[in-house]
Amino acid sequence: MNIIVNGEYKNISSVNMKEAMSELGYEKLKCATALNSKFVSVEDRNFTTLKEGDKIEVLSPQQGG
Amino acid sequence: MKKFYGVEIDSPLMLGTAQYPSPSILISCFKKSKASVATVSLRRESSTSNSGKEFWSIIKKLNVHILPNTAGCHSVKEAVTTAHMAREIFNTKWIKLEVIGEEDTLQPDVFGLVEASKILSDEGFEVFPYTTEDLVVAEKLLNSGCKVLMPWGSPIGSGQGLNNVFGLKALRSHFPEIPMVIDAGIGLPSHATKAMELGFDAVLLNTAVAKAGDPIMMAEAFSYAILSGLLGKKADPMEPRDMAVPSTPIFGKALLDDD
Repeated sequence: MNIIVNGEYKNISSVNMKEAMSELGYEKLKCATALNSKFVSVEDRNFTTLKEGDKIEVLSPQQGG
Repeated sequence: MKKFYGVEIDSPLMLGTAQYPSPSILISCFKKSKASVATVSLRRESSTSNSGKEFWSIIKKLNVHILPNTAGCHSVKEAVTTAHMAREIFNTKWIKLEVIGEEDTLQPDVFGLVEASKILSDEGFEVFPYTTEDLVVAEKLLNSGCKVLMPWGSPIGSGQGLNNVFGLKALRSHFPEIPMVIDAGIGLPSHATKAMELGFDAVLLNTAVAKAGDPIMMAEAFSYAILSGLLGKKADPMEPRDMAVPSTPIFGKALLDDD
């Protein structure tokens, strides 16, 4: 399945957001996620199903003013 | 000192964490400035770099309050979603709410700001809205649930100081009980002193320290400047006068001009 992660096309086999995060290498990182511009909490990732063309944003703490 | 959503901060300086030459200089700047709050943001993470974890480990060691922002957001939806993500990552209800309305000045879209403030306040967030000195907007923000206001001094990163002292004075005097932070546009320690002398409760700055030739020295300068302004305000300064008034007593002065 092709999805877009942080603006880049990715091909993944997972159809579940929690599994997709693991497949993409984010499992152990401190990240917050949004699916198609809507926040998905850590708890909800396991109940969130992905479909072709979905857009995921994976954000982490960074410098800010 | 006024409390920010029930939190009493040790120092009225809130310092940004961006643009420092190195992480060690960032840490030194926080120590020298005695800042009590650090602003942070959320940005895209790479699964291979792990930069967020490294940054977060530095910030945690600063032992200051964390104020996540929604910097760069241009719509209500974008700002609200970013706030949701920030609350989970940083484990805080505080959010520095920015809804940018104009690219050249980075001035807030005050209509979107009020709308986003209402949504987030209703959801239990403690909103620090980045706003202008406009009284009507301030009132609407307070009605939307905000208990803190953050008027700009001048455009973000401009270093111009307080561009509209008249407007800021009016805002301060209209809402004397509301904790207010001057956010954005501070370039010099004297700008921060002026903000404190006007009766504002804290100052938030970043670029003035991070982009100084000697950021650590500038951080220390701001700590003195802010303390100076705070004490100067508390000390109840004299009223300015139009005419000169001699400070040395006239009584007892010798007559030495007799011919």
